[in-house]
Amino acid sequence: MMNAAIQTNIARLQIMKAKVLAALRKGENYELKTELNSEYKERRKEAVRRVIANMTVGKDVSGLFTDVLKNMHTDDLEIKKLIYLYLINYAKTQPDLVILAINTFVKDAEDSNPLIRALAIRTMGCLHVQEVLDYLCDPLRKCLKDSNPYVRKTAVMCVAKVYDLNAEVAEENGFIEGVRESLSDSNTMVVSNAVSALVEMNDMAPNQDIWKLDPGMVGKLLTAINECIEWGQIAILETLVEYVPRDEKEAENICERVLPRLQHANGSVVLTTVRLLLKYEKYVRRADLLSQFSKKMVPPLITLLSSEPEIQYVALRNINIILQRHPALLSKEIRVFFCRYNDPIYVKYEKLDVLVRICSERNVEPLLNELKEYAKEVDVDFVSRAVQAISRLAIRYESAAEKAIKVLQELLQTKINHIIQNVMVAFQEVLRRYPNRFDSVVEGLCEYIDEVDEPDARAALFWIVGEYSEHVANVSNILTSSLESFLEEKDECVQLALVSASVKFFLKSPQKGQSLVLKALQTATEKCANPDVRDRAYIYWRLLSADPNAARSVVLIDKPPIELDDADLSPQLLEELVNELGCVSSVLQKPAKLFVYKLAEKAGVPRDSDAAGMGLDEADSAVAGGSGGSASGIDATNDGEPELLISF
Amino acid sequence: MLSAVFIYNQKGEVLISRLYRHDVKRSVADVFRVHVISSPASVVRSPVTTLGSTSFFHIRYDNLWLCAVAKNNASAAMVFEFLYRLLGLGVSYFGRFDEEAVKNNFVLVYELLDEILDFGYPQNMEVDTLKLYVTTESVRSRNVVEAPAPQSITMQATGATTWRRNDIVYKKNEAFVDVIESVNLILSAKGTVLRADVQGQIVMRSFLSGMPECKFGLNDKLVLDRDPASGTIVNRSGSMRVSGGAPPPSRSMGTRAGGMGGVGDGESVEIADCQFHQCVRLGRFDTDRTISFIPPDGEFELMRYRTTENVNLPFKVLPVVRELGRSCVEYEVLIKSNFSAKLSATNMVVSIPTPPNATKCRIKVSGPGKAKYNPEENAIVWRISRFQGLQETSLTAVVDLAPMTKPTPWSRPPISLDFQVLMFTASGLLVRFLKVFERSNYQSVKWVRYMTKAGSYEIRI
Repeated sequence: MMNAAIQTNIARLQIMKAKVLAALRKGENYELKTELNSEYKERRKEAVRRVIANMTVGKDVSGLFTDVLKNMHTDDLEIKKLIYLYLINYAKTQPDLVILAINTFVKDAEDSNPLIRALAIRTMGCLHVQEVLDYLCDPLRKCLKDSNPYVRKTAVMCVAKVYDLNAEVAEENGFIEGVRESLSDSNTMVVSNAVSALVEMNDMAPNQDIWKLDPGMVGKLLTAINECIEWGQIAILETLVEYVPRDEKEAENICERVLPRLQHANGSVVLTTVRLLLKYEKYVRRADLLSQFSKKMVPPLITLLSSEPEIQYVALRNINIILQRHPALLSKEIRVFFCRYNDPIYVKYEKLDVLVRICSERNVEPLLNELKEYAKEVDVDFVSRAVQAISRLAIRYESAAEKAIKVLQELLQTKINHIIQNVMVAFQEVLRRYPNRFDSVVEGLCEYIDEVDEPDARAALFWIVGEYSEHVANVSNILTSSLESFLEEKDECVQLALVSASVKFFLKSPQKGQSLVLKALQTATEKCANPDVRDRAYIYWRLLSADPNAARSVVLIDKPPIELDDADLSPQLLEELVNELGCVSSVLQKPAKLFVYKLAEKAGVPRDSDAAGMGLDEADSAVAGGSGGSASGIDATNDGEPELLISF
Repeated sequence: MLSAVFIYNQKGEVLISRLYRHDVKRSVADVFRVHVISSPASVVRSPVTTLGSTSFFHIRYDNLWLCAVAKNNASAAMVFEFLYRLLGLGVSYFGRFDEEAVKNNFVLVYELLDEILDFGYPQNMEVDTLKLYVTTESVRSRNVVEAPAPQSITMQATGATTWRRNDIVYKKNEAFVDVIESVNLILSAKGTVLRADVQGQIVMRSFLSGMPECKFGLNDKLVLDRDPASGTIVNRSGSMRVSGGAPPPSRSMGTRAGGMGGVGDGESVEIADCQFHQCVRLGRFDTDRTISFIPPDGEFELMRYRTTENVNLPFKVLPVVRELGRSCVEYEVLIKSNFSAKLSATNMVVSIPTPPNATKCRIKVSGPGKAKYNPEENAIVWRISRFQGLQETSLTAVVDLAPMTKPTPWSRPPISLDFQVLMFTASGLLVRFLKVFERSNYQSVKWVRYMTKAGSYEIRI
C-alpha cells in the first residue's frame, strides 16, 4: 500500500517536473524570439548563436523558424553561416517555410564573392527539400560552369545531393552530364569531387549506369592524382580499384603510376594503394613486377604501426587479411609486431593474432619466449589469448612442442591463478597432439589440482589424469577426493570429464580402479541432476558390465589428431575483403552486405528479422531508461528498419 | 563518406553535432553515448563500433570524444585520418582542444565542419588555407593579416599548391630543419634486443619568400650507393649552419660514438620507409629518391621515416631485480650512456616499477640523478636532469612489501626511460643539403638541429 502511494506521488512529481521544464523551455524560446527580433544587430547575432547552441544540445528550437529566417539577409558571414546551419537542421520539418529563404539563397548564388556563391549552393543542396529543387536548378547550372574552381568543386558535389533527392531532376537538367564533363576540369579538386559525386550517384542508381570509367579517363585521373589533395587521391584510387583494365599492359602501367602513393603520409592513401595493388594482382602476370609490388608494400604497412592507435588497429586488422592472401609477406618482420607494454588492448589482441599467423618454424622459439611475457601481464583476457597462442604454435610445429611445454611449465610456476587455468587447457591440447611424448610432465600437473578451479581447466586436467593415469602415482587419491565434491562441480563438462577419467583409470588398472569407478558411476547416475551426465554414466556402466574388452576398445582408442582451426576467411569473403581493404567490412571482417542495408537489398539478402529486437531498439530503451525519462525517447536512425547487432 | 560528426565531453554530452547526410538523425548521437561512452565496460575494446547499419568511429583527446558516423562501408582508415586532422585543426586554431575551447568557439567549430566536409566527403583541411577564410574576430585580431581577396583565397583552397599562398614576402629568407627521432626499444630481461627501431620526423619551419623550389638531401644509403660522387656535401660549410653556435655536423659529430655517422666518413643510413608531406613530389622520389617540394609557410612536417638497421641505442640499461621471498624486492640498475662525451641527455626519467603492495623503499643512487618512490605510479622514479655521454650511473634499492591475505604474484612491468639528447640521431641520419631556388634568386639561410628522444624505451625485468 505504502509503496503504491509513494509510486503515485513520484509519478505526479515527475509530471510536474516535466511541465515546469516545458514551461521553462517555452520561456527560453519566447525570450529568444524577442531577441531575434531586436532592433540591435549585436543582440540578434547573440540570439542566433544561442539558438544554435540550443539546437546542438538537442533542444527543440524549430518554433523559431520564421524569426531566425528574418535575420538571414545580412552581410555578416558568421550569422549567415549559422542560419544556414539552422536551416539544414529544420528545413525538412518546415518545407513550406523554407521557400521564404529561397530569395536570399538565389541572390547569394550570384554574389561576387566566390565563397558566398559556394556557400549558398552547398547549403541549398543540404536542405533536402523537394520544394527547393526548382529554385536550385538555375543557380546550380551556372555554378557548374563558374569561373572559380572553388565554386565548381562545390557545385559538382551538389549534383550528387540533388540526385539523392530526385534523380530525374538531376538527369533532366543535364547535371550528371555536367559532372562528367568536370572530370576534365583543369583543377584537380574539381576532378576528385566529380569522381566522388559520380561514384556516389552510380551506387544510388538502380543499374549503376551513371558513369563507367574508360581508358582515356584513367590516364587523366592518373595525372590528376599527383596534384590532388590527399582525400581526392583516395577517391581516385578507389575508383581505379573498381576498374577492369583492358589488358595486362594497362594494368602494369596503372600499378606503376600509383606506386609512389605508398610514400604518402596519410595512412588511408597508403592502404587504398595497397588495396589497388592487391586487386590488380589478377591482371598482372609478370612475376618480377608482382614481387616488386609486394616488396614495396611491406615497409609502408609496417610504418602504419607507428601511427595513432586507431589507425594501427585498422592496419593490423587489414594486415591479418593481407596475410591470408600472402602468408609469407611479413615473415621477416615478426619483431615489429611484438607488443609494447602500453599498447591499447585492442592493438595488443591484433598484434597477437598477426604474430601467430606469420610465425614460421624458424622464429617460433623467440616468439614462444615473447608469448611467455604476455602471459604474465595483467589483462586476464590477453593472458588467456597468449596462452592459447602458445598451444597453437606447439600444435602447428612439432619441433616447437618441447619448448612450448617448457614455457607452459614455467608459467605454471608463477602460481598466478588465472594463468594456471589457461595453461591447463593448453597442456591438454598439446598432450593430445603428441600422445606419449611428454608423459613425464603429467605428474607435475596433478600437483595443481587444488588451484585449478575454472570448469574448462578442471575438465582438461581430469582428461589428462585419465589419459595418463599410468604415469601418475596417486591417481586414485586424486580421483577419489575429486569425486567427493562431484556434485558441487559448477559445470557439467567437469563431471563428464571426471566420469570418463575414472572409467579410463579402471580400464587401465582394474584392480585399483574398481571401487572408484563404481563410486563415480553411482554418484553420476543416482545423484546427479544433469541428464547428460547421467546418460553418459549409464552408457559406461552398461558397456563395462556387458563386455570390458569392448569397453577398452571404445574408451582407450587412439584419438583422432587435434586440428587447428585457423579461423581463416572463406576464399570468397577473403576476395571481397581484399577489395575493400581499409573499409569497415575489412575491420569487422564481415561482408559489407551484413551492415549496409542498401547492399543487402541489391543482393536480395533477407534481413534477419529475429535480430530486430536488438541493436538500436535496445539502445532506445536504454536511453529512455538511463536519462530518467527526460528525453522523450529517441527515434532510431531508420524508422521501423530492423537493426541487427554485430558484436565483435 | 561520413553521415555525421559529433563531439562529446567526458560525460557524453553533445557539444557539437553536425549532420551531413539525411540517412541519420541527430538521435544517433545518443546511441553512441549509450553504447560506448556510458558503456559499463571500462576498456573500450575497439575504436570502431558497428550497431546495426550504423558505424561509429571515435578517438579520444583530452576530455573530448570525437566521433564520426557512417552508414556505408566507409574507409575506416580515412575516417580516422580525418578525425586526427580535425583534432590538429582544433589544436592549431584554439591552442588547446578541450571542452572549454569547443564550448567557447562552437560557432567556429561549426564553420570549420561546414568547410572540411561536403556531403560527407573530406575537402581541403590545410590549416594555413583555412585560416584565411574561416576566422573569428579573436583569431583575426591576433594575426592581423590583411584579409586577401576572396578570389585569391578560393584559388589557393583548390589550387595545385593548396598549402601555400603565393604572395609571401620575408626580409630575411630562412629555413629551419629539425630532425627529431624517437627511438623505440624492447629489451628482454636477459639483455637481448627484441626490437629496436627509430621513428624520425623532419620538421621544417620555412620563412621563405615567393614560391621557392626546395631540394632536400639526406645521407640515404640508396642515394649514396647509386651515386657515390654525391657523397661529398655540396655546400657543407657554407649555407648549412647549425643553430646554437655549434660547428657544422660533419666536424662535430664525426665519431661513431656520437651516433652521427658523419657524412665525411661515407656513412649512410638505410631508411626502411618514409612518408612525405603532400607538398613533396612523390613521383620524383619514386624514380630517383629526390626530395623536391614547394614548402608551406611556417612549420610543417616535411617527412617521417623509419629505420631498423644499426640503431645506436643511446642508453644501455642493465637491471637486476630479485624478489626475495614475499617480503622484499631488491633492485640494481646500471645505466650507461652510449654517445659522445661532448653531448648530453636532458630531462631523463627512469621509471622502475615496484609491486603494488610495496610499503617502503630504500634507494641509493651512485652517479647523477635523484630517485624517489612514487606510490601512485607504483614505481621508483629516477630523474636525471643532465646525463653526459660515456658516463655511468647506478641505483640500488630495496623495496619492502606488505603481506597480502591472498598472495598474487607481481607481473613485473618493464622499466621505461624517457630522455632527449640534442645533436644526436639514433639512426645516424644526417641532413646533407637543403637547396632553395626561387625566381628572384635570393640568398637564404638554413639551419639544422638534431634531437633524439625516447619513444617507447622498454627494458623488461
